[in-house]
Formats: sequence, C-alpha cells, structure tokens
Amino acid sequence: MVDSLFLGIAVLTIVSAIAALEMRSLIYGGIALMGTLGGIAGFFILLDSPFVALFQIAVYVGSIAVLILFTIMLVKNELIFQKKEDPKRRYAGIALMLILMISLGAVIFNSGLSSITTEEPPVDYKEIGEDFLIYYWPALIAMALVLSGSITGAMILARRQDGVEDEQRTD
Amino acid sequence: MSNELIDFVIVSVALLAIGIYGLSVKRNFIRMLFAIEIIINAANLNLVAFARFLPHSGGQTFALFSIAIAAAEVAVGLALIIVAYRMYKNIDVADFRSLKG
Repeated sequence: MVDSLFLGIAVLTIVSAIAALEMRSLIYGGIALMGTLGGIAGFFILLDSPFVALFQIAVYVGSIAVLILFTIMLVKNELIFQKKEDPKRRYAGIALMLILMISLGAVIFNSGLSSITTEEPPVDYKEIGEDFLIYYWPALIAMALVLSGSITGAMILARRQDGVEDEQRTD
Repeated sequence: MSNELIDFVIVSVALLAIGIYGLSVKRNFIRMLFAIEIIINAANLNLVAFARFLPHSGGQTFALFSIAIAAAEVAVGLALIIVAYRMYKNIDVADFRSLKG
C-alpha cells in the first residue's frame, strides 16, 4: 500500500521532470530539474538509504544543478527562451513515451515484482564502506582517475583561446 | 516498510519514459542534458530500491559510483555546450554541422 508521503514525492518528481523539459525558460527548467533531483533524494530517504540521499543532494542538487544554471546564464538571452520544435516530432515523442510506459508497465505488473516486500533491517553504512574499500577498491581508484581526467578535460575544452580572446577584444 | 518494490519501479519507468521523450523531441543541447540526467536518476532509483528490498549493499554502492560518474559526465557535457556555443553562437544540435557524420 502506497503512503501519502510516497505519493507526494512521486508527484513532485514526475511533474518537475516534465516541467524541466517543457518550461519555456531554461532557467526555470533548471530549477524544476533541481526539484526532480531533490525528489529522488526523498525516495532514497524513504528507502532507508540516507547516505545515498545526502550524496545525491550534495552532488546533484548542490553542484550539478548550480553548474547547469551558471552555464545557462552564459548563453544568450534569446536562446534561453527559444523553443523550436517540430510538432510531428513532438507527437511521435509523446507516442514513444506512452508506448514505453505501457509496455514496460505491463511487463512489470505481470512479473513477480508486486509480491516483493521486506521486513528486514536496512543495509548498514559499514557494509557500503566495506564494499568500497575491500571489494571495489580498483573501481574506486578508476573512478577517481575518471573524475579528475574529466574535470581537467572540461577545463581544457572550455578555456578561452588566446586568439579568440584578442579577436573579441577588438570587436 | 509500507511501500512495495513495484511502486518505486513504476516511478522509475515513468522517469525513464519522460527522459527518452526529452531526448528524442528536444533539439536544445541543455534540455537534452536535462533528459539524460532524468534517465540516470531513474536508473539510480531502481538500484537503490532493489538494494533495499533484496536487501544487499551492492545497489547502494553502484548508485554512489553512478552519481559520481554522472557528475563527471555533466562537467564534460557543459564544457562541450560552451565550446559549441562559442563556435556556432547557438545551442541547437541541428546547427552543429561539423559534428554530423
């Protein structure tokens, strides 16, 4: 049986996901995306995983959403409000979304998932720490390298070329 | 726990479908990035939901890995947006001619 808190978070998450894609202004869309990410963090708390929820809030709502908002503010004002869409493509997209929802929903309802409930205690933090440091330590190191590599790559990509800078100054 | 596994999986499917709709309809680079984020979050929700109901710590561990990698992906994606905007003065993917195969 679904409780009212779950229902509230589900409505917030799904409505703000639609708003993030459909709002005219990209800035409001970015703020709506923050609502979706916060809603997912709420689900993690409902699932007795406060560690993942706090990580989600720190990384997604705290840094990624702010980074996205700053990038939006770097582009021209008219592009933020521009909404060029092919209506045929839009109807095809809505049809694809509904087909996907109905077909996947039918598969899930007919599977044995509906009978799975649990009364067991939630996973302890210690187990997550053991997972990270004992079983998946090579993956942890690889992830650190990927993160530092991607941040360096992003900075190299986004840096202003000297020639371009001079050109813009003369303008 | 009053909620069942299927409730979380249904929300996750709805988010996945919304993300795929955004990815297929929108031509704005930033909106496509929003759609990708929504899909990644749907996957994370599934991982944590299964981790709670099995119960097994692996799902939470993989969700944490996934969140960290998604942060790296967004950083590179936003840098690409800035480069593309500097080159084309637009963020519409239909205008990025030199990226076409």
